[in-house]
Amino acid sequence: MSFTLQFSLPSRPLIATNTTTLSPIRPVTNLRFKPAPPLSPPSLLIKPPLCASTQQRQLVVSGEDELKSINGAQEENVPLPVGLWRESMPKHVAVIMDGNRRWARLRGLPVDSGYEAGVKSLRAMVELCCKWGIRVLTVFAFSSDNWFRPKMEVEFLMSVLEEGVKEEMESFLRDNVRISVIGDLSKLQKSLVELIMHVEETTKNNTRFQLIVAVSYSGQYDLVQACQRIAMKVKDGVIEPNDVNESLIEQELETNCTEFPYPDLLIRTSGELRVSNFMLWQLAYTELFFAQSLWPDFGEAEFIEALRSFQRRRRSYGG
Amino acid sequence: METQIGCGANQLFKRVGTFLRKCLFRVLSVGEIPNHIAFILDGNRRYARKHNLAVEAGYRAGFVSLLSILKYCSEMGVKHVTIFAFSVDNFKRRPHEVQCVMDLMLEKMEVLLKEENVVKQYGVRICFIGSLKLLSEPIRIAAEKVTKATAKNTRTVIFICMAYSSGNEITHAVQHSCIDKLENHSQARKHAKTHDDVNECVEEHEKEGTTMVKLEDVEKHMCMRVAPDPDIIIRTSGENRLSNFLLWQTDSCVLYAPAALWPEIGLWHLVWAVINFQRYHSYLEKKRKQLILPQEQFFTPTISSDCCKQTLKR
Repeated sequence: MSFTLQFSLPSRPLIATNTTTLSPIRPVTNLRFKPAPPLSPPSLLIKPPLCASTQQRQLVVSGEDELKSINGAQEENVPLPVGLWRESMPKHVAVIMDGNRRWARLRGLPVDSGYEAGVKSLRAMVELCCKWGIRVLTVFAFSSDNWFRPKMEVEFLMSVLEEGVKEEMESFLRDNVRISVIGDLSKLQKSLVELIMHVEETTKNNTRFQLIVAVSYSGQYDLVQACQRIAMKVKDGVIEPNDVNESLIEQELETNCTEFPYPDLLIRTSGELRVSNFMLWQLAYTELFFAQSLWPDFGEAEFIEALRSFQRRRRSYGG
Repeated sequence: METQIGCGANQLFKRVGTFLRKCLFRVLSVGEIPNHIAFILDGNRRYARKHNLAVEAGYRAGFVSLLSILKYCSEMGVKHVTIFAFSVDNFKRRPHEVQCVMDLMLEKMEVLLKEENVVKQYGVRICFIGSLKLLSEPIRIAAEKVTKATAKNTRTVIFICMAYSSGNEITHAVQHSCIDKLENHSQARKHAKTHDDVNECVEEHEKEGTTMVKLEDVEKHMCMRVAPDPDIIIRTSGENRLSNFLLWQTDSCVLYAPAALWPEIGLWHLVWAVINFQRYHSYLEKKRKQLILPQEQFFTPTISSDCCKQTLKR
């Protein structure tokens, strides 16, 4: 994992100054990008692709390599917002998407509307990450603790997940996005598990961007399952107990699905100041940013603020 | 004469200050007082630089702040306090800085041993957590003496994390969980030899879970199992990260990062942290009851490695 040392400027207070608004005004993004040159055979899309470098309609091109090189070239040309430095962008951002239910309650809407609004926020964030060269985004979609929520709410969340994956499958393939799911999948319905395995397999060779979705996950669960795997290896004589070290544990954690398992930046929305059993091991030196906005209100402006805060920080790793 | 009046006035101000502080803590105690607060003492070197002092002066100023904070916690009724005094990763710092910290720790431990009665008066028990074998012998010996000398005190328990990192702690726990399960598996196979079907017997043991690692197996080998999980982690100097501190234990605790450097931390930072905690407490309690977390089950551990140097009994 690469990182850059930051020399500290006056630290920002822990609690971000964003205020929750009932009717958020999202800033209009001015995008100036070169359109993708047409290759054969072009076809027009109905909706903008997930990792578009433009919000306008984009030509779909055949040929994986051409697409990857076009995407790469476009990313280099995409200017970053003012105040952000390309060299200091985090490689891996993790997000605890908190506040969907509160968002709905504040508007007198059913909880389901909050989750739907949250999905839109997620989509927008994935797009921004792709644009700005962030390689991995991990989202805490559903915690092990969330199984205690009302059954209907849980079922709705699972259906949102299933529908979301099905709808975006084409985009993932087209935009060279790899999808990984971490968590205790044994508690999920068979159809969802099969869908997850299918999308992971289908996108496993994509390299431009990786979206890791944590479902039925907790940091302690991840460590315990890593410990179980290691215990099996010890039992089978593959390794000795004294061989157990931090590197071995890292290899067995579910975040071994990515080149960058340690998030550089963790964002938690809705003003809650805790990590709620997310990742834990992997957050050893992660910079934490707590945003006041509720997740459906967390847009480009808020993300830029989080990234600016990250880039101002001095990361010394104990040194 | 003037000096005597000055001293008298100082004493009066101190007493008034103490009285007002206790009144404030009484008000705070209308809500839930945290059972365990952990501190990351960040900013000592920056404090020294800010005031054009030597690094050592920064650490000494930090120690003065530490004593104040410990006093406030004790007066407030916080039962457990954990201090991140020195990380394993801090050995990467310049040798002079590392030596400053080590010398200061040794000096203060020796003072503590001389002032044993004062410590007893405050009812403070001190326990050292970490890979103490990485420290020099004089420090290890002093730490053992301090732990022994304060073992019978019960009012407040202070965990001093030295040469500690969560990575080490978790690795130690995983390693010993694996050893336990390997032993269970061997027992299962030995037991199975008396039966006709070895595999069936081993499978039965696996179904009972004696050979499968579970959450509680890992937890019982954690160095910090001797304390409840922290309710609040306070990290000074505005840095918002955990720096490999209590990663396993902080799953649901409140994080607070005031901008003040550690030597600048004051009563009001602590009060604000407790008020924040009280706001979240009712929600966290509801979650804990739902999950039936074993928050109040403290094991009486056996000392199996350098990681834990002192057992604490209920």
